[in-house]
Amino acid sequence: MIASLMMGRGRRNEEGGGGGGTSVAATHRAIEAVWRIESAKIIAVLARMLRDVGSAEELAQDVLVTAMEQWPQKGVPDNPAAWLTAAAKNRALDQLRHRSLLITKHQELGVEMEVRQELADAAQAEKLERIDEDIDDDLLRLIFTACHPVLSSEARVALTLKLLGGLTTDEIARAFLMSEPTVAQRIVRAKRTLTEARVPFELPKGEDRAARLASVLEVLYLIFNEGYAATAGVDWMRPALCEEAQRLGRILAGLMPNEPEVHGLLALMEIQASRAAARLGPKGEPILLLEQNRARWDHLLINRGLAALARAESLGALGPYALQASIAACHARAAQADATDWPRIAALYDALAQLTPSPVIELNRAVAVAMAYGPAAGLEIVDALLEEPALKNYHLLPSVRGDFLFKLGRMTEAGAEFERAAGLTRNARERSLLLERALDCTRALPPG
Amino acid sequence: MKFMVIVKATPESEAGTPGSAGASAAMKKFNRELIAAGIVKEGGGLAPSSKGMRVHFAGESRSVTDGPFTETKELIAGFWIWECKSREEALEWAKKCPNPMDGPSDIEIREFHRVPYLPEYKSEYIAT
Repeated sequence: MIASLMMGRGRRNEEGGGGGGTSVAATHRAIEAVWRIESAKIIAVLARMLRDVGSAEELAQDVLVTAMEQWPQKGVPDNPAAWLTAAAKNRALDQLRHRSLLITKHQELGVEMEVRQELADAAQAEKLERIDEDIDDDLLRLIFTACHPVLSSEARVALTLKLLGGLTTDEIARAFLMSEPTVAQRIVRAKRTLTEARVPFELPKGEDRAARLASVLEVLYLIFNEGYAATAGVDWMRPALCEEAQRLGRILAGLMPNEPEVHGLLALMEIQASRAAARLGPKGEPILLLEQNRARWDHLLINRGLAALARAESLGALGPYALQASIAACHARAAQADATDWPRIAALYDALAQLTPSPVIELNRAVAVAMAYGPAAGLEIVDALLEEPALKNYHLLPSVRGDFLFKLGRMTEAGAEFERAAGLTRNARERSLLLERALDCTRALPPG
Repeated sequence: MKFMVIVKATPESEAGTPGSAGASAAMKKFNRELIAAGIVKEGGGLAPSSKGMRVHFAGESRSVTDGPFTETKELIAGFWIWECKSREEALEWAKKCPNPMDGPSDIEIREFHRVPYLPEYKSEYIAT
């Protein structure tokens, strides 16, 4: 099969026949690009044939290595995707036949039957004319497997980026500010864990499904936030994580169009990402949402996010991601800060607090309530949080309380809160801003 | 990296003649693949320039011309906006595209200006 592909189809001209160093490098870059486009699907199909994600990934890597070695001399095939897929499937069949031979030697009839079934299944899979649905199912199985809860959070992230993002181990390491050997080991251990735990290459069903899906969404949002909050960015791999998370979210939305929280998460990511260009000032100083230049918001992304949110809404009651997206959408829809629908945001935080109660959400709710109904209303909510252990060293609590007190004219108390907040923050710029506000309180007091 | 991928106009696209059914089916399939891969942010086909307008700027003066415009080589017939990891990836996707026209045609790939990425502090407010 591979032979006919090589003879029947042509090879491309543009990379040139072998020889010069630059031409090899250019071919390698082209192969990497093709790999990034095709690898997830290839690994997914192999995983179904071999019933094991670890073997699938290793086999896929072998095929990539072969392509990297051969194509600089022989030229890149006209249809590189088909070449890679066929090469991978053939190796998988070889592996299955090898397994079958081993079992025959040991005369374990029961197991032999199973392997024969595998070969029969694999022969089915070998048909190059596949309906897209098969590939979609395999891809979905791969996503769920990479995000399996038996793996640690970090392992799920690394495995997802490797298997589905088509990122190299080095790229993942740079993205998370880790060393390549650490990431490589993490991925090896993750694959081993999946094999040892005999995690089946199947779609979760029934009661399991909601929890498994939540795990997938959690992984995607983790990747997004790592990219969104990335600091000291000379390496574009860090913010590129943001894009990668959105891309995986779009893929998931295509594969699971009837899941509202999938669209909810996608909406949240796209709307948050729409502000990327406006978050920082000319000197790299952070700009709060309400002070951002909204002309710098990416309205293409906002529209996509709003469309995703509409899909989530059409599918039923809003879950936590859709609620957070709805809050983000309120900001996105306001042409200027003073056009923000604060009562709606307050109501959304209320709903979010019911679903996933947390002190931080309650604090955010207080801010929204204050904007909608005045600082006294906000203060009431914040005062109820003062004994909250989770917020004990959280600088935003006194910072927000100070702001409410300031607006209510209670300057002495406000000043004390801003100073407390300044003492709690580890960010130098934020500290100076808070101390400035404390000073404003002192200046506002009547003399004497 | 964000790219605008431009399908250049041809006499045939300017004439508004619908392409062959096979070509259209292939392009629909390709578009489905693009969307399934999660890289398309926007895209569309443009009506021929006979339906277009041009605004010419010279200092303070403005003048408007209605299409059609004769310099087919300078015109576009359609576009996508793709988010790809690299130039090479955008190129490989473009190579997978079926010929957008019945005759010879061009697809041009242009990168958007990059937004400078500067250090950012992490805020725990949900709304930032």
